[in-house]
This record gives sequence, structure tokens and C-alpha cells, in this order.
Amino acid sequence: MTLGLINANPVVQAKKEGLVRREDQYRDDGVDPLEMTKYVRDIRDPEHPYTLEQLRVVSEESVTVDDKLDRILITFTPTIQHCSMANIIGLCLRAKLKECLQLHYKVDIRVSPGSHADEVSVNKQLNDKERVVAALENPNLRQLVDECIYSDEI
Amino acid sequence: MDLMEKNLELVEIQKLEGHTDRVWSVAWNPVSSHADGVSPILASCSGDNTVRIWEQSSLSRSWTCKTVLEETHTRTVRSCAWSPSGQLLATASFDGTTGIWKNYGSEFECISTLEGHENEVKSVSWNASGSCLATCSRDKSVWIWEVLEGNEYDCAAVLTGHTQDVKMVQWHPTMDVLFSCSYDNTIKVWWSEDDDGEYQCVQTLGESNNGHSSTVWSISFNAAGDKMVTCSDDLTLKIWGTDIAKMQSGEEYAPWIHLCTLSGYHDRTIYSAHWSRDDIIASGAGDNAIRLFVDSKHDSVDGPSYNLLLKKNKAHENDVNSVQWSPGEGNRLLASASDDGMVKIWQLATKP
Repeated sequence: MTLGLINANPVVQAKKEGLVRREDQYRDDGVDPLEMTKYVRDIRDPEHPYTLEQLRVVSEESVTVDDKLDRILITFTPTIQHCSMANIIGLCLRAKLKECLQLHYKVDIRVSPGSHADEVSVNKQLNDKERVVAALENPNLRQLVDECIYSDEI
Repeated sequence: MDLMEKNLELVEIQKLEGHTDRVWSVAWNPVSSHADGVSPILASCSGDNTVRIWEQSSLSRSWTCKTVLEETHTRTVRSCAWSPSGQLLATASFDGTTGIWKNYGSEFECISTLEGHENEVKSVSWNASGSCLATCSRDKSVWIWEVLEGNEYDCAAVLTGHTQDVKMVQWHPTMDVLFSCSYDNTIKVWWSEDDDGEYQCVQTLGESNNGHSSTVWSISFNAAGDKMVTCSDDLTLKIWGTDIAKMQSGEEYAPWIHLCTLSGYHDRTIYSAHWSRDDIIASGAGDNAIRLFVDSKHDSVDGPSYNLLLKKNKAHENDVNSVQWSPGEGNRLLASASDDGMVKIWQLATKP
């Protein structure tokens, strides 16, 4: 980032050692919210050397699974109301989930209610698959997304 | 024929495998059908950056991929459209260009590339005479291209007015009136009053005149051209009507009026709607389903109403992005394209 940071001093939370499954309430071949959280929590924030979990952008409560309909809802909380990175974070979530989910799952991604000044427009953009595809075909955006989702492998 | 009295089903004739990414759109060649001794031909385009041309064998009736159009577009091919003569295929791509392919029967050659949009081209449509085509893009503009001699295409107009990316353009089936629908939730009608090519936006159908409350993904007309159906991310289909005779007489612009809204039939974004020549509306959506609707013929005081004719759940394993009826009268084939990478050919048949 050559420009100033959007949020220069974010609150950082300690990494959790490992989430513990409370009870086996999900069918074996289905998706477990806990598993989903594991997939996305280590995505690095686009402008900080911290993970989305450390910045409390995603948490255990972020993932809701409807196994009957094969639908997954992810809500995330941008660190500040005017976070211009919200769209990038959403793209990272989409890209990461595309890699680890079976094709037939439908994923909806939203910012948590009241957490963003342009909530409606961010949500609309992140759930328009045509725009998401176009964005992920853009080499510059793709590189930024890859840097965030593969940060632990670099 | 009263379709509602018949026990109809949508029978899967064949699954066309070949694309290696989501299939965005399908288009039937308008002049190919068994009736004139020519095999039906279908084009499909995909996130794998290619277009596939499929042909049905007149002997075995099975479909095969005749050719793959590749190495021209460098990104997703979002939509494709045959010229009215069936001799040219236009392809709109996220690479910002529109390809024009000449159909030599067994081979296709890219004879022209239309450049000008700032970014992703999302849709392309030929007018009824084949003298013009229209394209639209994420750059919020709609372009009209004039077909000149020698495979030349000239930009005749750049239409601005949409405030967000334009998802689809569609010419009226009989008149030079252009329709565009957008991420800005509106449908715009473009018309040249003096026939001088100076297209103006003559009507905007938005939420304030009973229009859609979210992205409008597609538009289709009935054969007479006096009705159209639009579908949206707001999970509804809307039927609109106009006084087409008034327009055809050249008297003045006849506005489009909302006739009815079909809601509660899909529970994810409706990406495609198509009106068949024998008045059946097909819809395809993000809930993997296809629905068919027909005019109930029992108009109430509130205007016409449309009934569900048939529902096909799990038509595909993922989102249905495009549904298109075959142009032939009577044999009623429906093609569908999906995020599962498949194209399917369906036949509307009476249950045995």
C-alpha cells in the first residue's frame, strides 16, 4: 500500500490455539461451521500482517450452514465503518471457499448488519457472481487476493 | 391448445459435456432446424474462454460438439448471439472485446473484433434485419455498431444513462428499438424517433413504475413483440406490455407498462427468462431450477395473469444461467446452461 492505511491501528486479538467442536450436530458428509471457520480464519487482512481472525473480522459466529439446502452464509465485520477493503476481504472469502468447498454449495457473503457505511452496496457487489468472476479474472486483484489467502504458505 | 390441461414434463434429451468452467449462455442458430433439412445448431460460451458449437445429427438425433472457438478471447465469454441469417456469431467477452465469427459450415473464422468498451463486455444482440448490433459493458455504456461492407463495423452510437454496469442488451424482435437492463435495477428503452440513428433513452422502467428492486439480468420478447418478460435478483419475473400497433404505425413512442409480477417461484437470483414462439416463458435461476409459465387466459381486472406450467427442480447441479427455446415451431426444445459446466437439451413432452 502506497497510500496511507485505511485503519492504521486495528485491534488485534490473540490467535486461538484450536477451536473445539462442541457437539456433533452436523451430518458427516455435510459442512460444519467450525470447519468453515478454520478455512477462512487464516486469510490475511489486505493491509495488515494479521489474519482475519486476529482482527476479529471473522469469528466462530461468522458461519451459518443450512445443510438441507446446501447453503452457507458468511458474515464478516470490517475493522472500520468506511473500510474500502471490505470488497477485497469478501473476494478473499469467496476465492478461499471456492477452493475448499464442493461445487454444489451456495455461498452468500455479507458484512454484519451495521458494520459498514455502504452495507447494501458492498453486499450487492459480493453476491453478484458475474462481478465476482470478473474481479477475480483481473490480474492485479487476483494477485492481491492470492497474497491474502496463501499468506501462510509464503 | 390449452397447455394447462395437458400433463406436460420436461424431458432431458442430452447433457452436453465439454466446457471446463461455468457455462454462461446458449444461443440457437435461427435458421437451423430439422424442418428445412438442416440440423439444429447451438452455441454455448463459458468461463473457460471458449465457445462451443453443438450440432444434432439428423440420423442418430444425438448432439456432438462440432467445433471449439478458442484462442481469440483471453477471458470469460459471457454471451453469444447469431445474426438473423445464421451466418455470423457475435461473442461478448470479459476481455473487453466482441468477436464476430463467420460460419463456414464446418469451420468458423473470427473475421472482426469490436474494441472500444473500457472493460468487460457482457452482452451482444443483433437487430431484426442484421444491419446493427448492440453491446453493453461494466463501463455502464451501451454501444450500437453498424455493419458495413467488408467485415467492417462502425460504432454508430455510445448510449449512456445507466448508473451501473449493464447486464444485457436486446433488440426488439421486429422494430429498431433497443432494451438494456442493469445492475442499477432498471430497464432502459432506446429509440431513434426520426430514424436518423440518434438513439435516445425514451423510457426507464424502475422501481417507481412497478419495476425491479435489484439487478435486472435478462429480457425476452414474445413473437408479436407486444410483450416482454424481465427477470431479476429480486427473485421476480415481470411481464410488460405495449401498444405495438401504435409504434409500428410510426405515430409516436408507445410506452411499456407493467402488466404483472411473478414472485415466489424461485428462491435465488433469476438469471434468465425466455419467451417461446408458442408463448411459454421459461426461467432459469440460482436455485438450480427451471420453471415454465403460460398466460392463464383468465385476465382479471388487474390485467393478465400467468400460471406456473411446470417446475423442474435440480435441472442442473448448480445455478442455471441461461434458458433458450429452440426457434423451430412445434418441436419445443429448450437449452440450458449452468455453473456445473453443462449444457442440457430438454424436450417439452406430454406425459405417457
